[in-house]
Amino acid sequence: MSGHWEHFSHRADIGLRAVADTKAEVFENMASAMAAVISDLGVIEPAQEVTVDCEAPSDEVLLVDWLNTLIYEMATRKLLFSEFEVSLDNHRLHGLARGESIDQQKHEPAVEIKGATYTGLEIRPLENGRWRAACVIDV
Amino acid sequence: MDLQKLTRSDDYQWQIEPHGEMRVPGILFGDQQLMEQLDDKVYEQLCNVAMLPGIVGAAYAMPDAHWGYGFPIGGVAAFDPEDNGVVSAGGVGFDISCGVRTLVTNSTATDLHGHESALADELLASIPAGLGSTGRIHLDHQAMDAMLSGGARWAVDQGYGLAADLERIEEQGRVSGADPAAVSAQAKKRQRNEMGTLGSGNHYLEVQRVAKIFAPRVADAFGLVSDQIVISIHCGSRGLGHQVGTDFLREMVLAAPELGIRLPDRELACAPIRSELGQRYLGAMRAATNCALANRQIITDLTRAAVERVMPGTTLTLLFDVSHNICKEEEHLVDGKPRRLFIHRKGATRAFGPGSAALPESLRRVGQPVLIGGTMGTASYVLAGTQSSEQRALSSSCHGAGRAMSRNRARKLWQGRQLVHELAERGTLVRSPSMRGVAEEAPGAYKDVDAVVDLAEAAGLSRKVARLVPLICIKG
Repeated sequence: MSGHWEHFSHRADIGLRAVADTKAEVFENMASAMAAVISDLGVIEPAQEVTVDCEAPSDEVLLVDWLNTLIYEMATRKLLFSEFEVSLDNHRLHGLARGESIDQQKHEPAVEIKGATYTGLEIRPLENGRWRAACVIDV
Repeated sequence: MDLQKLTRSDDYQWQIEPHGEMRVPGILFGDQQLMEQLDDKVYEQLCNVAMLPGIVGAAYAMPDAHWGYGFPIGGVAAFDPEDNGVVSAGGVGFDISCGVRTLVTNSTATDLHGHESALADELLASIPAGLGSTGRIHLDHQAMDAMLSGGARWAVDQGYGLAADLERIEEQGRVSGADPAAVSAQAKKRQRNEMGTLGSGNHYLEVQRVAKIFAPRVADAFGLVSDQIVISIHCGSRGLGHQVGTDFLREMVLAAPELGIRLPDRELACAPIRSELGQRYLGAMRAATNCALANRQIITDLTRAAVERVMPGTTLTLLFDVSHNICKEEEHLVDGKPRRLFIHRKGATRAFGPGSAALPESLRRVGQPVLIGGTMGTASYVLAGTQSSEQRALSSSCHGAGRAMSRNRARKLWQGRQLVHELAERGTLVRSPSMRGVAEEAPGAYKDVDAVVDLAEAAGLSRKVARLVPLICIKG
């Protein structure tokens, strides 16, 4: 994984921002940024693997779909994720998310993420060839 | 916010004159200090809402307004189906029918004295809270659809709570027009094991003391007296509502060009009320509302049982249950004429004044209880709807204190364990599965709730009835 991710301030909710060498990696970094809103990534063992497939008419909608599918998988499987791998074929995404079952004492999850929004949403190449993405999530 | 951009209508009302593609003005409530402190994003978002098709009157911002996604939080907007008006999944948000219900007890703070810790532990053990928690109820397909159609009435039929509770819930506990078939299989799957759970983040259950009565006659009608113990529950439609929001936001974003709707912000994703998509969303949103009403009803039943174990003989009577993230069809007077409108309230509370036919007989004389959630270290309020609110903001008021800073900043400024210790010394016991969650919800991370309700009253949106201070807070 290249590049980095960070959170930016949004009064009620939380903004996610990431930069990476490739488009696929920026998807991975955005997922890491989102997972870190719930719990410290360092305490989540990548013990179980979940496969995610999404398809959308644009990169931006694909990014929202990817994050929302991870939210759905976390909610229905009662998992927290800490590692992500993404491969892209045009607007089709194949992803892997690794993590473990939620343990309230171990992970101290702070919030439940309700959904990824279309506010402040962007994913685009930078002049230096790297990729940048941003999105606000509702918590 | 730059006051030059606003026209002052009176001491507590400010207007954004329609410009650009705005169809109606934006109206904000607050004093000069609040307007100066208000985020520019609220201005921008209110202008965007005012551009949506079929909007009636104005796009309103309550005194607790802050930057949201699409709509500002604290935003109110009404749409007329006769005028190609829209319903917006973004205007309702992910936590459909998130709301507050308050139960009044026959006990006082003196009765609770010495039992605080036992009650806090019993409530934490009885009410599933925090991420990953599940309830004891597991719904199959048939039961899920019955719950989505029946709301709190379904819950009462299943043995959760009392039939008398229903009168004190919006729509008597069941919103009509719910369409369980419009709710996706994914949304239903998310809810299968989540009935009767509190959730996390800003959701809570609090045992509170009535610290001050402002309007004795209204308080009397509400059954509130000084030093009484009341219990407030703040939560919503859980995973099902979140998924309904997710599903329809996407569908409405993608359908907008075909529907001929230009979205100033994609998060305002909407569809004409009269369209197939608009109707399907309304059916799903109402089903999610019933889910929230059933959820709060089940938590009420769990709460009653927990209180009975610690303080036998204590009764919990429902004062009211009101949502603050919702779209509802209501009749309002516009330029003196009654019109059926679809009112979006996102982080805003319905506040029907005295005489409203929608209120049960027992409340009609004094107006609707408006329940304002505060923080675990400050206060919550019971307000009452006023007649002036109808003309001011389509019978709407604020919903809470509103965050003053981000979660990240709060986590840097406070430590959960330290906060729990400090709050205990000040008389509030906090129980939570997540100390990080407590830090992010620190009282100091919120605006001054006293100031917000003072402004709501001064602006004529509702009147103060009672101030409640927290004694026990169960934080998800």
